[in-house]
Amino acid sequence: MRAPQSVAGDDRAQLRFFTCGSVDDGKSTLIGRLLQDTGSISEDQLEALRRDSARFGTTGGELDFALLVDGLEDEREQGITIDVAYRYFSTPRRAFVVADTPGHVQYTRNMATGASGAELAVLLVDARKGLLPQTRRHAAIASLMGIRHAVLAVNKFDLVRWDRAVFEEIVKAFATFARQLGFEEVVPIPVCALQGDNLTKHSENTPWYQGPTLIEHLETVEIESNAADKPARLPVQTILRPDADTRLYAGTLVSGSLAIGDPIVASSSGRMSAVAAIFVAGEARAHAVADEAVAIALADEIDVARGEVIAPARARPRCADQFAAHLVWMSENPLLPGRSLLLRIGARTVPASVTGIKYRLAVETLEHQPARTLELNDIGVCNIATAAPIAFDLFSENRNTGGFLLIDRYSSATIAAGTIDFALRRGENVHLQELDVSKRTRATLMGQRPCIVWLTGLSGAGKSTIANRLELKLSAGGRHTYLLDGDNVRSGLNKDLGFTAADRVENIRRVGEVAKLFLDAGIIVLCAFISPFREERAAVRGLVGEGEFLEIFVDTPLHLCEARDPKGLYAKSRRGQLPNFTGIDSPYERPERPDLVLETANADPDTLADRVIDFLASRGYFTPPSASS
Amino acid sequence: MTVHRQAAGQDVRTLPRRLARLEAEAIHVLRETAAEFNRPVLLYSIGKDSSALLHLAAKAFRPAKIPLPLLHVDTTWKFREMIAFRDATAERLGLDLTVYVNEEGLRQGINPIDSGSALHTHVMKTEALRQALDRYGFDAAIGGARRDEEKSRAKERIFSHRAAGHIWDPRNQRPELWRLFNTNLKRGDSMRVFPLSNWTELDVWDYIRLQAIPVVPLYFAKPRPIVRRSGNLILVDDDRLRLGPGEAPEMLRVRFRTLGCYPLTGAIESAAETVEQIVEELRASRFSERQGRIIDHDDSASMEKKKREGYF
Ligand SMILES: Nc1nc2c(ncn2[C@@H]2O[C@H](COP(=O)(O)OP(=O)(O)O)[C@@H](O)[C@H]2O)c(=O)[nH]1
Repeated sequence: MRAPQSVAGDDRAQLRFFTCGSVDDGKSTLIGRLLQDTGSISEDQLEALRRDSARFGTTGGELDFALLVDGLEDEREQGITIDVAYRYFSTPRRAFVVADTPGHVQYTRNMATGASGAELAVLLVDARKGLLPQTRRHAAIASLMGIRHAVLAVNKFDLVRWDRAVFEEIVKAFATFARQLGFEEVVPIPVCALQGDNLTKHSENTPWYQGPTLIEHLETVEIESNAADKPARLPVQTILRPDADTRLYAGTLVSGSLAIGDPIVASSSGRMSAVAAIFVAGEARAHAVADEAVAIALADEIDVARGEVIAPARARPRCADQFAAHLVWMSENPLLPGRSLLLRIGARTVPASVTGIKYRLAVETLEHQPARTLELNDIGVCNIATAAPIAFDLFSENRNTGGFLLIDRYSSATIAAGTIDFALRRGENVHLQELDVSKRTRATLMGQRPCIVWLTGLSGAGKSTIANRLELKLSAGGRHTYLLDGDNVRSGLNKDLGFTAADRVENIRRVGEVAKLFLDAGIIVLCAFISPFREERAAVRGLVGEGEFLEIFVDTPLHLCEARDPKGLYAKSRRGQLPNFTGIDSPYERPERPDLVLETANADPDTLADRVIDFLASRGYFTPPSASS
Repeated sequence: MTVHRQAAGQDVRTLPRRLARLEAEAIHVLRETAAEFNRPVLLYSIGKDSSALLHLAAKAFRPAKIPLPLLHVDTTWKFREMIAFRDATAERLGLDLTVYVNEEGLRQGINPIDSGSALHTHVMKTEALRQALDRYGFDAAIGGARRDEEKSRAKERIFSHRAAGHIWDPRNQRPELWRLFNTNLKRGDSMRVFPLSNWTELDVWDYIRLQAIPVVPLYFAKPRPIVRRSGNLILVDDDRLRLGPGEAPEMLRVRFRTLGCYPLTGAIESAAETVEQIVEELRASRFSERQGRIIDHDDSASMEKKKREGYF
């Protein structure tokens, strides 16, 4: 159904662009002029502008268009732009959102804000001054934020007597500089923002200029939204439950398309299913395309949580916990590698840290400089580790799934914007990175010091019961733990082993190696094994570093164990049906100097688990719950 | 004339591309807010923007229900038709609506006529909103404000951070990149959320037209009893608007471009009786919508001042 001519006909596309460049190059003037010349300033606004110009103006009584966009009191009083202003205007061919971004270096993060939401950059240069450091910085940031189309507006052309040579020199200088920035198209236009030359009408002052006016270019530039051609990506924002049986995964389809029946995969679990139903903005549909707000039902009951990415089974996003990325540092506090931060990508927030800085980008020359930190507004290339693998695409492949934020855990401020360059895989990058993300880094991410808590004792002594309580309590306190015990190891990894002395030794050796890997991952590993031989326990201790193995003796007299006999094993052994049973016909070697002894005869498992927690906290493996965040 | 058909089951592609994009963006923001905050609330101010917002919220969570409570901060001076519309809407859609009035302000006798627009707005709107948010522990408040309304709004983020005490610090806003919103809060902080940030007044009306969204009849022109006060056309909505000697209401064909407290909201003379005619009138208009708002006129920085203090 077409809307009637009189009121609609308004299927004009919208172009989102921003102006940038150094202070005083004329950004606000240019926008004001564009608004004025396209008839987008209402009479009461014009009246207010006249009043403000008389009061704060810098144009000697003329209309000071900067005051139209500099909407904050501080901005008007100081005559500077602090933050992005968004203005809306349209011509018969297109509707526009323009973000006027600040030129001052200390407000670069606000410029990045304006750039990240736009499709095109209008980069202003003062014809008299040529390319300034800020011009270059803004060009670099625009490119980093994913901008591929730029206009180089060489402004204040009236002040260089409309000299064509000046224009050509600046254009050439910019072309040389921007070669490395990956713009698809840069259109240079000589303008005078103050008088409107080449903004909405061709200027008589530049007869040699044959190109489009600014507005002509903005009206016709083709911004291919290639999001639609990329693989489907649906970061799940929320799960809708219209009734007890229905789960709909809701989010913005940031790229690609989805149709009913499409096979999909959920990023973290890797579980597959198919699209069973699609709603777009609440309406049932057969398919959905990029940029639509959708909710989908899946054919199978697979668990998908907020933050996961639903993607085609054939074209999955990458998944890694280490990657290299460009960062724009946006905080007054410099970057400290190794510090625990939060990383926000899609609808997911995970603990993360910058594990190393490869180099800082000198914005004026685009040279790589060695750096130990990044300061406010620096651009750098860093390695980043996340506490859990995240789904993403490289920013160069998909702007919608390759960008992220870093957030300070304490102030909750956004401290950096990043774009992912490539994933780091162990073995693939054998140099520094391998060491960069160390056991320590991961442990820092998790806010704990990993260790192996090794519970040894007779069968039925209470090792598993205590270990289970311990794990519950630790994870309730936000600790990252894993429990290894006879049941989960012997049923898989050690399925091939029996209970001979040799097999017992091999059993413990393997358990030790597995525990060591978990330790490496930053986990507090709880091990509950009879582990009767001193030698084997010592061997495990020897696998890991000082203070990473804690031997805890669960001391229960044999007669008590036999009386409890939870699995009926003592009885079986006494009947001679279970050879090599520890304590009966196979020895148990008591620990000589255990780190902690738990006597179970007069205490319940909860109390004992608490004692282990107090012990771990007192040794500094983590801060007790009350003091941590 | 277009035929207004209920959108249900119809191809929504009839939305122009620009509106479809704005709609998707708003839904994204609404879903994000519902998912990320402990106690988000939708501020419902009854006007056209709120009507559009409510419609979007319904679409964002359909076929499930809107998972957000609604809050209306009532100054007790709203047009009677607004209140009737509010109650009918809450009833029709089964909304969880709380109406909050600053009782202390009422006791002190604050009103727009004797106290002046600035004090009345501060106590009955700004103060009242802060009280309500604190009282119910709302950590995110969604509002229908648009950047094209006013200069300081043009500067505001979609997720606009408020420090403890609801303070907005315009010099130190969080960067806002791509579609990624930092919704993290320190204790005591809160968030104001503006899903319609990138909509213009015309976009809102176009959307209302195409989606057949009900709005308060005050937006449509009809003869109403009006008095002229310092250049504004004020509707005599009830007898609290004491008439001066010789002041007599005249019947004028008027409508309202924005709605607020009736003694503070100027009408415009208009013949627009349908949404289509409103759109046409706006396209031809040489004036901005805030022209009729008396509270904005104090000086051009007045909105920023109010916002810093916690006004929406
Ligand atoms: N002569 C001349 N002056 C200009 C032109 N464009 C801007 N200006 C002046 O340059 C100054 C800085 O402009 P403004 O728009 O505030 O720069 P911004 O900091 O980039 O926003 C103002 O005094 C403008 O009037 C131009 O094309 N010609």
